[in-house]
Amino acid sequence: MSGSSYSSVTDLVPDTPDTTIGAVTGRTGPASAPASDPLVIGGTELTSRLIMGTGGAPSLDVLERALLASGTEMTTVAMRRLAPETPGSVLSVLRAHGIRVLPNTAGCYTAGEAVLTARLAREALGTDWVKLEVIADERTLLPDPVELLDAAQTLVDEGFTVLPYTNDDPVLARKLEDVGCAAVMPLGSPIGSGLGIRNPHNFELIAERARVPVILDAGAGTASDAALAMELGCAAVLLASAVTRAQRPELMAAGMRHAVTAGRLAYRAGRIPRRHFARASSPAEGTAEWGDPERPAVE
Amino acid sequence: MASGTQPSGGHPDVLVLGGGLIGLVTAWRATQRGLRVTVADPSPGGGAARVAAGMLAPVTELHYGEEALLALNAAAADAYPRFVAELEETTGTRVGYRTCGTLAAALDADDAAQLREVHALQRRCGLASEWLSGRECRRVEPMLAPSVRGGLRVDGDHQVDPRRLGAALVTACERAGVDLRRASARRLTVAGGRATGAVLADAQEVQAGQTVLATGSYSGSLAGVPAGALPPVRPVKGQVLRLRMPTGARVPFLRRSVRAVVRGSAVYLVPRADGELVVGATSEELGWDTTVTAGGVYELLRDAHELVPGVTELPLAETGAGLRPASPDNAPLLGPSALPGLLLATGHHRNGVLLTPVTGELLAETLTTGLLPERAAAFAPDRFAADRSGQGPTDAEAAPPERHDSSPYARPPAPEAYGTRPRPPAPATRPSREEEQP
Repeated sequence: MSGSSYSSVTDLVPDTPDTTIGAVTGRTGPASAPASDPLVIGGTELTSRLIMGTGGAPSLDVLERALLASGTEMTTVAMRRLAPETPGSVLSVLRAHGIRVLPNTAGCYTAGEAVLTARLAREALGTDWVKLEVIADERTLLPDPVELLDAAQTLVDEGFTVLPYTNDDPVLARKLEDVGCAAVMPLGSPIGSGLGIRNPHNFELIAERARVPVILDAGAGTASDAALAMELGCAAVLLASAVTRAQRPELMAAGMRHAVTAGRLAYRAGRIPRRHFARASSPAEGTAEWGDPERPAVE
Repeated sequence: MASGTQPSGGHPDVLVLGGGLIGLVTAWRATQRGLRVTVADPSPGGGAARVAAGMLAPVTELHYGEEALLALNAAAADAYPRFVAELEETTGTRVGYRTCGTLAAALDADDAAQLREVHALQRRCGLASEWLSGRECRRVEPMLAPSVRGGLRVDGDHQVDPRRLGAALVTACERAGVDLRRASARRLTVAGGRATGAVLADAQEVQAGQTVLATGSYSGSLAGVPAGALPPVRPVKGQVLRLRMPTGARVPFLRRSVRAVVRGSAVYLVPRADGELVVGATSEELGWDTTVTAGGVYELLRDAHELVPGVTELPLAETGAGLRPASPDNAPLLGPSALPGLLLATGHHRNGVLLTPVTGELLAETLTTGLLPERAAAFAPDRFAADRSGQGPTDAEAAPPERHDSSPYARPPAPEAYGTRPRPPAPATRPSREEEQP
């Protein structure tokens, strides 16, 4: 990896037409509390930039405490693995805490299945938001780009607010945006792998030119992965396994919450350029001179 | 309406709603302590036990954060031999208790790494398990796939046949004089702020001094129970297959229970002495649906085949789906509820068969003394009563967990208690929803 890998983030901040930054753009300093920097997806404002998933939690109780610790305002739920009317289900936990439900099409292998699942979700949950997943292969769980674009187009035409789970491919991300997706959600690495962001440069490329929020979806393993995503210009992070399969999910959720906040602040602050040699942090000018300039010390 | 051996003295002391393993063992044990007990169930001995595989696996079922449950599970496993001996002697039937041990296998390097973490956790909890290489795994279980990279041999995790166990408990109850009413409960009756019995589906009312709610995944939805006393129990569907292993073969198909996590979903194969091989189980949050689906059967067979390729040669004898009664923290709800006169014995989730003996003891003791024994305080239903939305991790919880094998083993749980209360009403030192300051 070259040394300049993501230093260009610095240059992005002032002039990127990033709709997600909202009212506050550029370097506004510490006065900008998180509340003044909302995440805007499809016209909806969210304060938290951490979107959670529910898969993999050892119990509903652990999941609930992790969700609360994460501070999330939106959580994705697999429609195929859920009966919305069951009392005491994950949905009732989300509703009890006022967390927005983002139905997803996990487990779908074709555009047709995904569209059908999204329609069922709209009917069952009364939301036209959908996290669109069309999986190509059960071993890697990588998205099928052809089916994904097809399904995205259909769903956008039907009035859905579509958030597609996609490869970290800048071209595909642009095409998804072009058909009208409300966000693009590239994977950092395969679902549940915890391998982090394998191609940070692609994330930069996607975030640079996207006019919709870019959301890291899949791959985060620990807090630094989430912070890196935000530093690269992502508008939000979506994760599940990193929290739900951690030894102590509640603690990891709190860690992720802080990481997303930290990464976002660092991104907005604008990082310093990387240098090869040191540069003293205390100013060298105007310091007192020791010794008599008329009589320089020998040696 | 045949009312069986209803004692002539009028109302029973105890009405148990639900005649699954938990309801039956409660009735049997309470009767042994001199109480007159009626059980209401349309088909006693049924319930989730009709489908369950009957693994008695406190070690291989151990999960992070469930150490309190581990103590109860371990106590239950220890109680099993004596419980089975007594039940078999009383009823003259065998319940298929088999001290076969369990092998948890890893199919690739990722699985192996995860299983090694589980191994470290087991050792920290003072549990006996041994790491085997792939070759060693196949030496003890030759039918395992060559792709098995390693595994954990747990000689203390056994099995029982839940169907036989249910039938034996029905017999034990009948012989002990329990009145088995073959009707489900329609509505709990409450008078003067106290549970007084229930109206059954046959429209008859049974009055009792104490009522035990043990209707498994239906426990959370019985009419007449005030909201504050209703247990937070939901159904978690599990599809299970039953195959037949060749009998009379010189070498058994499998000697012990074998399990693995294949692409994120758990699969197990439990070989019975009579040749039945139980393959399970899916875990689905789909309400009370018990449909057997093509996808469920396919995924179980696919994963089982990956672990033990020879399974595809076996006859597929039966498919079924059952409903695990799951509580929010996966641990059971035992003892007095918020409504006087109503006790709970439900929410056993994956561990109902394992926890049968210990639940019977605890409930019988509670029914006779009025108090849940202190050693089971962690499983009192009131742990779900308090609103804990303001609680964040306490300082004690914030310490990083021990991760290294070299660390001294944690002491096993204190023998006098099954577990500490999972969430004491600790002061919320760090509200988790507090706004961050940048």
